[in-house]
Amino acid sequence: RGSSSRSEAKSGRADLIFLIRFRHCCLLRNQRCVLAYLYDRLLRIRALRWEYGSVLPNTIQFHMSAEEVEWFNRYKKSLATYMRSVGGEEGLDLTQDIKPPKSLYIEVRCLRDYGEFEIDDGTTILLKKNSQHFLPRWKCEQLIRQGVLEHILS
Amino acid sequence: QAWLNEKFAPELLESRPEVIECVVEQLDHMEANLKRAKRGDLKVSVHRMEIERIRYVLSSYLRCRLAKIEKFFPHILEKEKSRAEGEPSILSPEEFAFAKEYMANTETYLKDVALKHMPPNLQKVSLLKSVPKPNLDSFVFLRVLERQENILVEPEMDEHREYTIDLEEGSQHLIRYRTIAPLVASGAVQLI
Repeated sequence: RGSSSRSEAKSGRADLIFLIRFRHCCLLRNQRCVLAYLYDRLLRIRALRWEYGSVLPNTIQFHMSAEEVEWFNRYKKSLATYMRSVGGEEGLDLTQDIKPPKSLYIEVRCLRDYGEFEIDDGTTILLKKNSQHFLPRWKCEQLIRQGVLEHILS
Repeated sequence: QAWLNEKFAPELLESRPEVIECVVEQLDHMEANLKRAKRGDLKVSVHRMEIERIRYVLSSYLRCRLAKIEKFFPHILEKEKSRAEGEPSILSPEEFAFAKEYMANTETYLKDVALKHMPPNLQKVSLLKSVPKPNLDSFVFLRVLERQENILVEPEMDEHREYTIDLEEGSQHLIRYRTIAPLVASGAVQLI
């Protein structure tokens, strides 16, 4: 519709120029609004990768369009490639260590049944609901974010 | 130093691959040492803590850079495209690849979801114009490391005139980023 009004303008209907200009401004504004809305959604989806990890909970995926899921998959692949390229052989997981470390070991309570969990020196811990443990901080970060463990602050 | 500067600067600062490589090597070294150490050795805890702290600073630094890349991606890529031969790059090669992928990803998404359904003359959008630029006029705190003379301060408003100031070593200031940007790059001041 925009292009047809342009050809009308070329045919010399001077009185329509203002209307065409006005309509074009409206179209531009609509375009800006649409893009702003879509872009804002993308930014939120991006934040999800940093908060939840590479697998999104189903309830959230349900609210995403197919193209958004595709965008998310490409984003996390791009991020993974970058993280792998930094830091030694395995790369550096930038989604860990979000807060400065205060202590080595932390008290955690298990919020739901998770099963067995292995820590560095080879011992395995059984994570059952409501059990409390004193575990190395760096091992727990991922699970805390996923909601499996809860950091107990005394 | 690089970490603090990056954290407080409104724009993406120069890439420091040597620093990153050095830190990463240190971390690997320390991890290897720890693996060989005996269990229950007190030094292990202290070293572990150190490793955690270093890893945090490194992660925070790289995260900060990635966030800025994602925030200002069209401007950063444009800057990189128009960079002269001998000038140092703002992005590491991996960051450059990430930035390009991010741009392509977002452009494809917007095109497939919205732009291709719009009337023909609206199907292109200039991301360079739509995405906000870094605000170089934002104020930053800094500490002077090397004495500077005759720094020209541009007027903020038309009534003010430009004036020059001297920066004494060890003094701290609150100033517009734009005025001291080259000093951050050269290491003469430290953002705090």
